[in-house]
Amino acid sequence: MAEKHKLLEVKGLTMDFGGLRAVDSVSLEVHEGEIAALIGPNGAGKTTFFNCITGIYTPTKGDILLHPKGLESRRLNGLKPNKVTEMGLARTFQNIRLFHDMTVLENVMIGRHCRTTSGILHSILRGKAVREEEQQIVETSYQLLEKVGLAEFTNEFSKNLPYGAQRRLEIARALATEPFLLLLDEPAAGMNPQETADLDHLICKISEEEQIAILLIEHDMKLVMNISNPIYVMEYGKKIAEGAPQQIKDNPKVIEAYLGEETDA
Amino acid sequence: MLKDFRQSILVSIWFVFLTFPLMVVRVNTTEQLVEWRWMNLVWVAIGSFILSYLWRYMMARQQAREKVADSGIEKQSKVQLLLEDMSFRYKAMAVLLVFALIFPLVFDTYQSTIMISALIYVVLGLGLNITVGLAGLLDLGYVAFFAVGAYAYALLNYHFGLGFWTVLPVGGILGCLFGVILGFPILRLRGDYLAIVTLGFGMIVKIVLENWDDFSFGPSGIANIDRPGLFGIDMNINGSTTYIYYIMVAMVIFTIFVTMRLRNSRIGRAWIALREDEIACVAMGIDMARTKLSAYALGAFWAGMVGVLFAAKTTFINPASFTFMESAIILSIVVLGGMGSILGVILGAFILILLPEYLRAFSEYRMLAFGAAMVLMMIFRPQGIISNIRQKYEYKGLKEETDNG
Repeated sequence: MAEKHKLLEVKGLTMDFGGLRAVDSVSLEVHEGEIAALIGPNGAGKTTFFNCITGIYTPTKGDILLHPKGLESRRLNGLKPNKVTEMGLARTFQNIRLFHDMTVLENVMIGRHCRTTSGILHSILRGKAVREEEQQIVETSYQLLEKVGLAEFTNEFSKNLPYGAQRRLEIARALATEPFLLLLDEPAAGMNPQETADLDHLICKISEEEQIAILLIEHDMKLVMNISNPIYVMEYGKKIAEGAPQQIKDNPKVIEAYLGEETDA
Repeated sequence: MLKDFRQSILVSIWFVFLTFPLMVVRVNTTEQLVEWRWMNLVWVAIGSFILSYLWRYMMARQQAREKVADSGIEKQSKVQLLLEDMSFRYKAMAVLLVFALIFPLVFDTYQSTIMISALIYVVLGLGLNITVGLAGLLDLGYVAFFAVGAYAYALLNYHFGLGFWTVLPVGGILGCLFGVILGFPILRLRGDYLAIVTLGFGMIVKIVLENWDDFSFGPSGIANIDRPGLFGIDMNINGSTTYIYYIMVAMVIFTIFVTMRLRNSRIGRAWIALREDEIACVAMGIDMARTKLSAYALGAFWAGMVGVLFAAKTTFINPASFTFMESAIILSIVVLGGMGSILGVILGAFILILLPEYLRAFSEYRMLAFGAAMVLMMIFRPQGIISNIRQKYEYKGLKEETDNG
């Protein structure tokens, strides 16, 4: 098999909050077509790691390199979140962050913002180009809703959606920004087994049909082991293991991190 | 029910007890007498009982409604449904337009003058609605932009003799510019801090105008500002008022048109997203700095423009017209009317400006009524008179249904 194209390369990423080292020189790579997973106990620094990549925090040390296919590589350190998104790296949030007083469709339409151009003056005049662009936005957004199975809720307020649907809406909104790499922060948190299975299916579908690589943080081991390869494990801000699902399952360090150290009685 | 009744009786007894020394006993010091006014006691008892009972009834209704809202089914009020009916809306708009056009012919100049000031506040409200209602950026110094427009016209007219129509766009653009100037330092602030800085900005502008005598002629203001011209025709005061009235109507229509277009555009959606969740908004690829600045600039644009008209209408301005009170009233218009709702803001402006005009007899109680109305509003209808209606899109065909509220 030919060497797969490397999309995201994180080298020795370190993030300090005052005296607290939340992420300690973590390296990670995501290749084309992969569903990579980042797991670890609560407070291991996974979300901080995500926030560093997506520009919400500026990392203390280390390099985050993005290699879009057919384009120049870029270093993401210190870029603003909207620039990172523009470069093709979209994310969802652990605690759902939807725009509650907007309709489901409008939520997705926001995702189209960085791929469209009409400015203030054009919006006021609403010429032919602007109207066509608007219609394009609406239709693309609606197609995305169909893809994640939310078409029936199109004109609902997003705050009125059931929990699982809100999670899927976040994914649709992220997809609207046309990413080549999607970061999902605990997409299955708080879902029942049926919803988790649906999500499992959706993530695979996105990965296969859209050719989007995925990096996800997740606590649901069944989901992680089912769909992701490779898996990276973090504990106390450090990376303690990486590899295929089976390797991770058998790794004593990982078992220790999750179940605690065996004491010699 | 019975519990409410008992509680209300307790409240009324408590009030009777509290107000007893004030309302019942009166010592007449000249005749060394103590008057006992027992009738007052009865009035206090009845009054507080009725108010308390009414309060309880309203609160119960409010809670029942919240329960319904929690269960996920939101009942739309009849008014709201009527507003979504397009044919009704067109008819209503036509009627309103005809009424607005024949208004000065039917009523006298005094009425037109009142109407002009109400319309000025409509435009101010709609402008602030962009900043506060759509983008969610609190602005307590909005009147500063109004002052910028007014002084721009007054000074340009005084020094260079520039006419109303020349300065009108200049005022708007200057407003924009000041919006950006205010916007830059407060890009990172939110909530209370934003309120403090904008409040300070409003104060600074007023203080500068009051004290920089060489520039703004200080507290004595600028007089004899030209009224708007119409191809050099000389008009008497009545004709001029009617003329300004029509300019104002046109300006209101223009403002409504632009804000409506903007609200349902790419930019408008970005503003609303910014209001809803800043972090998610940025993570979705929206440039926060640019979006915030544009919200401030566009909000200020209307204040600058209408400021020019204000100066032309009163022909005299001084810093006393641009106090914090004005900012507070404009903000109240937006909050009372319904944040983000255009129709709501218009209604709010008419209620808050016209009611005090026509209820001059009660002018001493104006602030009291104002405060009470605000408190009641926040408890019983926090979303404002008219809550924001979202646009519905046609997503299968290639035709878009524009449905604005």
